Amino acid sequence: MLAWLYESAAVTDAEVRKLRRDPTELLSRAVQPVLWLAVFGQVFSHVRGIPTGSLRYLDYMAPGILAQSILFSAIFYGIAIIWERDLGIVHKLLVTPARRSALVFGKAVAAGLRGLVQAAVVYLVAIALHVAIRWEPLPMVTVAAAVFVGSCIFSTFSLVIACIVKTRERFMGIGQLLTMPLFFASNAIYPLDIMPDWLRAIAAFNPLTYLVDALRGAMIVGGHSVYGDATSFGIMLLVFLLLLALAAKLYPGLAR
Amino acid sequence: MAATNNSIAIATVDLSKRFNHVTALDRLTLSVARGQIFGLLGPNGAGKSTTIKILTTLLEASSGRATVAGFDVAAEPIEVRRRIGYVPQLLSADGALTATENLTLSARLYGLHGARLKTRVHEALAFAGLDTVAHKLVRTFSGGMIRRLEVAQATLHTPEILFLDEPTIGLDPVARRTVWERLQQLRHSQGMTILITTHDMEEADVLCDELAILHQGRLAVIGQPDALKAQVGPQADLADVFAHFSGAVIEQEGYYRGIRQSRGTIQRLG
Repeated sequence: MLAWLYESAAVTDAEVRKLRRDPTELLSRAVQPVLWLAVFGQVFSHVRGIPTGSLRYLDYMAPGILAQSILFSAIFYGIAIIWERDLGIVHKLLVTPARRSALVFGKAVAAGLRGLVQAAVVYLVAIALHVAIRWEPLPMVTVAAAVFVGSCIFSTFSLVIACIVKTRERFMGIGQLLTMPLFFASNAIYPLDIMPDWLRAIAAFNPLTYLVDALRGAMIVGGHSVYGDATSFGIMLLVFLLLLALAAKLYPGLAR
Repeated sequence: MAATNNSIAIATVDLSKRFNHVTALDRLTLSVARGQIFGLLGPNGAGKSTTIKILTTLLEASSGRATVAGFDVAAEPIEVRRRIGYVPQLLSADGALTATENLTLSARLYGLHGARLKTRVHEALAFAGLDTVAHKLVRTFSGGMIRRLEVAQATLHTPEILFLDEPTIGLDPVARRTVWERLQQLRHSQGMTILITTHDMEEADVLCDELAILHQGRLAVIGQPDALKAQVGPQADLADVFAHFSGAVIEQEGYYRGIRQSRGTIQRLG
């Protein structure tokens, strides 16, 4: 187990060093949440077309936009994996005796850390728009944990797709195809209650729903979780473990 | 399974690989003695890279058997990986990391830690002649520097066997010779067995103790360079040997992905 953690930490360390050297991606990824919150959120706050109880719509959607920002960023993580394949970096990693699950987990943890930085950017935008944020330690830790696990889930999902499609062109197409359905089939910008039954059934199988639910319960004043933290985190961790196992199985196929 | 014959580093018996209906490797049987520099030659698509990928556990054979350092590549891949180093044809050093960071990552994945890790990283930097640029990003290096770094990375854990896939493709003559010197140094100082694939006849002549020429996935011939030249004719060089045994119309050989890979590597090496 210690050796496994050591190998994972080695991969995470390398990934984080690369991220620190090139923070431009983080800034460019901040543009979308700014637009969603500042434009879409502000406008829909005035329309009052979506029932959000006592919450302002902007407050209601802020956790959803944070989750969306995590999803959109992590789902394209696979592009970097395909790039590493094309450069031969994957081959080099795979001939080491390091466990495949450790290599994949190390990358997921790096994506989780990147998600935390991204969450900080979304928080800055939310503060600027006077979103009612909870600043108590426990909710903050809950948000951080949800962001971390959510990033791990979607980056590993992305890695699985990369292992299957293997080319950047195909990956871009599939990435685009997946992000919007995942986003709209979730409770990110409207409550589950107002969804038609078929969409609510799909949303129940969408890990983004549980990420948003955990964030909504912890991030904003007056927000509450529909499923409860135990269920949301339990399902997210289960999904992550399943994806991790699948990714560890498929990752060696990138070198073929 | 421990090796029964300690003098053999690599052995394959009827090793085959099929991709759908294409046979990339067809019943390859060969053995490489410990301490040898062994060359695999052949046109693009001859099965060189497939062979090296099977031997380094990156690819599973369709049939047949291969042992590396005495361990079966299919049944005991982890034991094989502990004992080998691999330099792919593609440039595998990460340009977004420094030389030290690239080496440290590899060292950690090979299980080195603490003082031993630091010592080996310093030794590797010295071996590669990169001490003065240890903290510079690899994307600023020349092609020769990157290749030397990759050889150093692949040998951090002092493997018994080093595999190199087209190690000097795209390098200028000076950089090429520097890589050759490092390989010979590894063989002499550590008794390392080295298997390289190459298109370069001069490289094969200078470096290799023994050569195997593959053609269309099959072993065309195996032997020492001088013996092979003698088989072809009194004035023959390795290019003649290559043409003679590989069926020769080299310019008509190859396949899209292999050529794209080679060109990509050459382009990245500048």
